[in-house]
Amino acid sequence: MNTKVSIAGVKLKNPVMTASGTFGSGMEYAEMTDLNRLGAIVTKGVADKPWPGNPTPRVAEVYGGMLNAIGLQNPGVDVFIERDLAFLKDYDVPVIVNVCGHTVEEYCAVVERLNDAPVAMYEINVSCPNVKQGALAFGQDAKVLEETTKAIRAVAKKPVIMKLSPNVTSIKDMALAAEAGGADAVSLINTLIGMKIDIEKQTFVLANKTGGFSGPAVKPVALRMVYDVAQAVQIPVIGMGGIASGEDAIEFLLAGATAVSVGTMNFIDPQTTAKVTDGIEAYMKRHKVSDIKELIGAVH
Amino acid sequence: MKRKEKAEILSQEELAPGIWSLWLKSSMAAEARPGQFVGVYPKDGSRLLMRPISICDVDEEKTALRLVYRAGGNGTKEISSYKKGEKVDLLGVLGNGYDLSKMQGRKVILLGGGIGIPPMLYLAKELEYSGVHTNTVLGYANADLFLKADFDKVSDFVYVATMDGSVGTKGTVIDALNDGFIMADMLCACGPMPMLRAVKQYAQEQGMRAYISLEERMACGVGACLGCVTKTKEPDEHTHVNNTRICVEGPVFDASVVDI
Repeated sequence: MNTKVSIAGVKLKNPVMTASGTFGSGMEYAEMTDLNRLGAIVTKGVADKPWPGNPTPRVAEVYGGMLNAIGLQNPGVDVFIERDLAFLKDYDVPVIVNVCGHTVEEYCAVVERLNDAPVAMYEINVSCPNVKQGALAFGQDAKVLEETTKAIRAVAKKPVIMKLSPNVTSIKDMALAAEAGGADAVSLINTLIGMKIDIEKQTFVLANKTGGFSGPAVKPVALRMVYDVAQAVQIPVIGMGGIASGEDAIEFLLAGATAVSVGTMNFIDPQTTAKVTDGIEAYMKRHKVSDIKELIGAVH
Repeated sequence: MKRKEKAEILSQEELAPGIWSLWLKSSMAAEARPGQFVGVYPKDGSRLLMRPISICDVDEEKTALRLVYRAGGNGTKEISSYKKGEKVDLLGVLGNGYDLSKMQGRKVILLGGGIGIPPMLYLAKELEYSGVHTNTVLGYANADLFLKADFDKVSDFVYVATMDGSVGTKGTVIDALNDGFIMADMLCACGPMPMLRAVKQYAQEQGMRAYISLEERMACGVGACLGCVTKTKEPDEHTHVNNTRICVEGPVFDASVVDI
């Protein structure tokens, strides 16, 4: 049975990756799950300099999911290379670095700094809903997204994945803009902008007022968007949004995703990625699928 | 080693209105230290995140954990409905815990306020075992003095403050401290944020070292999501931005290093 997939020439032993921001750099979960079983690790977003993130409370539970407004707290690319990438080099797993910035120059600075590091691909976070200046601004205007992609593509020595926001009128148009800008792949969805109010205290639960909504409750929305995008673009699509099981992952593959990411469910069970991988294999056995590629986009 | 595993409920009882005591059979008991916590997962699929609950006690053979918690929200209310024999998913053991070696030969005051009381019991017990004398000040809302009898067995003196004045000093644990009868050279505290701020200030004024246990909304519990941070005076170990993770670098901090 073949579970290998390839994205922009990067070979993954299986299509199951981690979603940025839910798995640190793997370090925090290494004692609880086998990192070598992952198709790829997508790290938490890294910027050119350390970012302090938002005030607390930063997280809240909502029905079937959660809200977060971390604000991309990260140590900056230098510490990231010295510590996180050094840690990951002992594992047999492609590393996809999620890159964040306030300006195109900042995105490019991180990419250039990582060009000679042991990194398989970049995932450009143009869709974080929790950072005031920039980030989402790059992901909500097709023209800006195309230009941003072009600028990053020009300096990147590794394949570039543009991570798309669902907080747009047409995610298909955004995917087409990323493709036109030279993106090697797109990943979606980032979180949906949500809110929770504490009715006893009559205040917002999150200090940031709004936060990104994720978890199993968002899966139908994510799946629809992955389908729409996969129908529209030629480049590979990485699907995510509420994936909790092999069955969920299969839905995304059938909708046209070449690979999938597990996000929020890592918090609920650190073994989720392994269970998703096992579930995909069990499904393939049950349906006598010899190559996973037969499933990709099979429902259209 | 941190892990998620099932634990069997040995007993569950309500100690005071809304305050529950849960004994769980768990291999994590063998690794637990005072001040650490575990995550308890609700079973209802609409409630996904683990509830971080401090370890109140560990049985002598180290095969069971005691959690004493407030059933405040829907998740903890669900947990309080679990019966003996049921199994529950636990993530643990989480957090740094108290460093008992720093307390050897010292006279320690333990301060617990409200639902911050339970973790101080395990600390009191372990300190007593290692020959450290403790005085304890417990702050309650009213005369429902949950766990007080347990402290009486392991702490030299147990003082009580109640907000309604029905038992002991009227007011908070700080009011009881300010009564001035309690002498020591180190403080360990867990409770609501205003209390911890007051403890930090008290320790500063008295030139005492204070270890405080902080609480914040959490998602992962293992340092990955960066949801539960507290401000620190110096750059933190993980991100170097003066925002340190309560679930990994804490929940116990030297009060002088956190900016609360």
